[in-house]
Amino acid sequence: MAATHVHGGIGESIKRKEDSRFLHGKGNYIDDLALPGMLHMSILRSPHAHARLKSVDTSAASGMPGVIAVVTGELMAQHKLAWMPTLSNDTQAVLATDKVRFQGQEVAAVIAETRYQAEDARDAIVVDYEVLTAVTSPEGAKTAGAPLIRDDKENQKDNHIYHWESGDQGTTRAAFAKADKVVRLHTFYPRCHPAPLETCGCVADVNGVTGKATIYMTSQAPHAIRTVFALVTGLPEQNIRVISPDIGGGFGNKVPVYPGYVVATAASLLIGRPVKWIEDRTENLISTGYARDFHMTGDLALDKDGKITALRVHLDSDNGAFFADAQPSKFKAGLFHIVTGSYDIPTAHITADGYYTNKAPGGVAYRCSFRVTEASYLIERLITNAAIEIGMDQAEFRKKNFIRKDQFPYHSATGWVYDSGDYHKAMDVALDQLGYDELRKDVEKRRKQGEVTGIGIASFTEVVGAGHGADFDILGLRMFDSAELRVHPTGKAMLRMGTKSQGQGHETTFAQIVAEELGIPAADVAVEEGDTDTAPYGLGTYASRSTPVAGAATAMVSRKLREKGRKIAAHLLEAAEEDLEWERGRFFVKGSPDKGKTIQEIAFAAYTNLPEGMEAGLEGVHYYDPPNMTYPFGTYAVVVDVDKGTGQVKVKRVVAVDDCGVRINPMIVEGQIHGGLTEGFGIAFMELITFDAEGNCIGSNFMDYLLPTAWESPKFELGETVTPSPHHPLGAKGVGESPTVGSPAAYVNAVIDALSPYGVKNIDMPVTPDKVWAALRAAGVSE
Amino acid sequence: MFPAAFDYRAPSSLAEAVDILRQRGEEAKVMAGGQSLIPLLKLRFSQPALVVDIGRLPNLAGVERKDGHLRVGALTRHVQVESNTDLRTLCPILPEAAHWIADPLIRNQGTVGGSVCHADPQGDWGSVMLALDADFVARSESGERTIKAADFFQGPFTTALRPDEVLTEIRIPLAAHSAGAYNKLERKVGDFATVAVAVQVEMNGDKIAKAGIGLTSVGDRNLKARDAEKSLAGKQPTDEAIAEAARLAAAAAEPKADVRGSAEFKRDIVRVFVQRGLKTAVARARGGQ
Amino acid sequence: MNSVSPNLDALARHVSLKVNGAERSADVEPRVLLVDFIRTNLRLTGTHIGCDTSSCGACTVLVDGTPMKSCTLLAVQVSGRSISTVEGLAAGAAMSPMQTGFHEEHGLQCGFCTPGMMLVGTALLEHNPNPTEEQIRWAISGNICRCTGYMNIVKAIQHAAAIKAEAVKAPKPEAVAAGGGQ
Repeated sequence: MAATHVHGGIGESIKRKEDSRFLHGKGNYIDDLALPGMLHMSILRSPHAHARLKSVDTSAASGMPGVIAVVTGELMAQHKLAWMPTLSNDTQAVLATDKVRFQGQEVAAVIAETRYQAEDARDAIVVDYEVLTAVTSPEGAKTAGAPLIRDDKENQKDNHIYHWESGDQGTTRAAFAKADKVVRLHTFYPRCHPAPLETCGCVADVNGVTGKATIYMTSQAPHAIRTVFALVTGLPEQNIRVISPDIGGGFGNKVPVYPGYVVATAASLLIGRPVKWIEDRTENLISTGYARDFHMTGDLALDKDGKITALRVHLDSDNGAFFADAQPSKFKAGLFHIVTGSYDIPTAHITADGYYTNKAPGGVAYRCSFRVTEASYLIERLITNAAIEIGMDQAEFRKKNFIRKDQFPYHSATGWVYDSGDYHKAMDVALDQLGYDELRKDVEKRRKQGEVTGIGIASFTEVVGAGHGADFDILGLRMFDSAELRVHPTGKAMLRMGTKSQGQGHETTFAQIVAEELGIPAADVAVEEGDTDTAPYGLGTYASRSTPVAGAATAMVSRKLREKGRKIAAHLLEAAEEDLEWERGRFFVKGSPDKGKTIQEIAFAAYTNLPEGMEAGLEGVHYYDPPNMTYPFGTYAVVVDVDKGTGQVKVKRVVAVDDCGVRINPMIVEGQIHGGLTEGFGIAFMELITFDAEGNCIGSNFMDYLLPTAWESPKFELGETVTPSPHHPLGAKGVGESPTVGSPAAYVNAVIDALSPYGVKNIDMPVTPDKVWAALRAAGVSE
Repeated sequence: MFPAAFDYRAPSSLAEAVDILRQRGEEAKVMAGGQSLIPLLKLRFSQPALVVDIGRLPNLAGVERKDGHLRVGALTRHVQVESNTDLRTLCPILPEAAHWIADPLIRNQGTVGGSVCHADPQGDWGSVMLALDADFVARSESGERTIKAADFFQGPFTTALRPDEVLTEIRIPLAAHSAGAYNKLERKVGDFATVAVAVQVEMNGDKIAKAGIGLTSVGDRNLKARDAEKSLAGKQPTDEAIAEAARLAAAAAEPKADVRGSAEFKRDIVRVFVQRGLKTAVARARGGQ
Repeated sequence: MNSVSPNLDALARHVSLKVNGAERSADVEPRVLLVDFIRTNLRLTGTHIGCDTSSCGACTVLVDGTPMKSCTLLAVQVSGRSISTVEGLAAGAAMSPMQTGFHEEHGLQCGFCTPGMMLVGTALLEHNPNPTEEQIRWAISGNICRCTGYMNIVKAIQHAAAIKAEAVKAPKPEAVAAGGGQ
């Protein structure tokens, strides 16, 4: 019957609906937009990490060919736009007025007819700086006599931003006092950058007559951005339209508001013409949202049987010149307190301190749910080190300490309520797929022959899908999300969302949820996101929240329409509502399966033949506030060989078993896992933003900020287990970030395992040949 | 990121090219494939008044065997060397080095001549040419001259070419029972070498008649490890002789610490690669020809 | 007028290219990059800019059939030559084997690297109709993808190779005609 024609429901790997435009070169990315009369903006940035701004001379630049305007901090200050709020309730300079506080900070902007002319004039601006001592680490920031970076803030007397704690200090201290063994790891999760292949940019088009500001922008969160813009500029919110076009990758980089957006909008307002600003790659890497930069010390308390009895962590966070972490406002170190991970740890205590430094602000979650990545890395590295130190197999040690299946919902020592999990099963599937026991024997044999080889494991637990709104908000905006579904008379549908895909395949996945819940084939459901004038309000796509939150909203709104459909079907079939049964795409009379009405017939009737008194149409909206986060998990295992001569690490195998609950489109889920495992590989072995003593950024282009190519990237062997989320309407959990959260520790653990016969306990990421070489040579190993 | 303005000439003959350079060589940059120059123009590190695009000059691309030499035209693209199957036996170090230069797309456009004239201390061809004792043929309006590889590289991005000269050809001597190897440590495809070593040997029976060793990324230019080369002449390639040459080459390196690693690390990689390269080169020289 | 600034109009050169089979020309400054010429002058925006250092390959086009990075070529430098961009892959609405391969194998996510990847794949199959996984990975190693982890890009190119091999086995007139998009 009708249901047999319906396809594209949950669990089907249908091909992506959005592919076609990209395959024909007809995607609509920000830089593809050309409006009549559009001007181009280029930003002059500080070459110094810390300097007082003595003067900005724009006279030569202003007279150059094609130049329409040169905007300085002084001009922005006249419009009260020299500073803007950050997502962490701090302030950030839009264009510098007093000092520059990181290399790459925005100092002035040229608006010209062409981008060539804008860049020519940018180079003709003369700035006089008084160079100040730069602070490049939390260590430096807390040194007595360190330069005060934020002298613009009245009550800021040092470089300390926040102190934050989680867990129970007393019980943790007591547990450590009784411990038979304490394992310590000090590790630095270095600064890295999401580096989507498309940089950030915008086209601001302020209509001088109507006052309507249309801002096309690479934003993962257009609705929240609109609200922030309304608050910053004082423009009425209905006169601001933010449109996120196709986005060429985000990974967290495109969540914050950047100064360039504000300057371009102000310039368009002042000039009365559209202004385009597109970052070049260096601007993207040196000034926009970095990630990580956590200095962490973890202690694990063990009893004599190898059971973990407590965890203690202190971390120093390097937040750069402005505290601009993009994260739920109540949590200063993000969701780092998920750090007990997959383990049943009776007590834990976490302390965190954030510091200003002369580095770019950001603190975005690079394919991560707000610092979960740092937490997962620390606990998984600690676990492997503990196993090695007590001489227990890594897998065995994990299994001994895992939260058991029967303990869910599990209340963690830091206050989380894990929704569901079966960690032993995921581990067993991974070990089986890897052939762990045989491989272990092989490793031992090859080590005897002088080879350096090892196996690393990481069994992560993530926490994704923020809110619940009462606990999770950004600047007060509760972290719900939304879906608006409109079924047309012919039974085709339009679904609009508060989220914004950056390649995750929302146009397919969300259509499949409608296909499943309402029976309209996925091919008949158009999905739109990113236009704040048309889409319902939502907090956006990051932190693996789209499926857990907006996916749930889609299911709920579909169900709402289905219930209206039941009434219409009852009317059409002249049957009582309670006598109708639903199969995907159709209501039929119980006991008479031939007597039924398809959703398409029902949709037509919603506009043509309604029950008396019923409102016409078949549409609805749902704002979904999740009751809890979802907790995807998995076990990753990595096999490496190390070249004793050069220190090069070759990743031989990667087995990744993910449990993200119910998979809506398995093809898309696997694609997400491939991508995340590759970014995790990049972070583990090559991606690094670092600074010299003067605060010069090293890693400012793709010749220095290294991204893995197809040649270096490993091949992945995927496996899965399915443990549905009990509170999600579809049983789904987030997945996009699991592989980036879980895999770095697996890669590094493999290297540490390989080097463990030589007593090597830690190498900080990125694990580059020189660091491995140094560890080998220190142990007397050479070629 | 766009270049500053410049004037552009694309001569259609060598005579026209050297005529332009005679007049404006001091303010000009010569461009062959542009794969080194254009990034510098975009970063505005280089802002010449004039770019002389010699990419359209005829008869300067290709590798041919002539008079006991290999003649590599200055406009020969890296990919032409990489995919030349004859070279795999005739002079295996050439396709091996070409294979690891930049990435496949850049190798499709970048040229051997452009690369050596760019004289990046991290460039690969310089070390190869030093190991091979190649000659560089330069043309100006006053005629042609030949510059030995050892004299060609004078410092970072600096060669013996005068502003009025253009490189036309590289001549590589060919000998029987000779072969080489190129070992390169790079962080990823497209990266410049952290360290690379070019090794060429000519065998005479079971002894090494002559050895050439060039070093990449461990000095302010591509370096020729002369002491190491000399130490091998007339010796059997024993483990001891190879280790000694490797030690001497490592001592000749002048590495600097940077984000790729410490000076000690790079020096030791020179040692490891000289050992590996010599073993490979000797095996190839014995196996082939 | 600023005396030190060059007279840009005087510097302009006539650039004439065959792009996806059609003659296109314009007068531009020598400093205009090929990628900018394609995107801005010709309004073919399927060719992207991902970096400034020849590192990412988002700007890949075929120059006389050979993949190159159009951000590291001057428009004037390739005047007179034949350029293929992503817009030339399909014959009308009919996708080329490479496009079909990317769709079927989920070889794209955000789509930003995809034009470059498909053009490299297309050129690869021209001279190596049945490449190994290793050969494919090497061929695309000048192109960065941040989303897919390359696994499905490799499969996509293999898929395209299989379609082409099938077409050779059982040639259909329209399939042959659809090949080049010229």
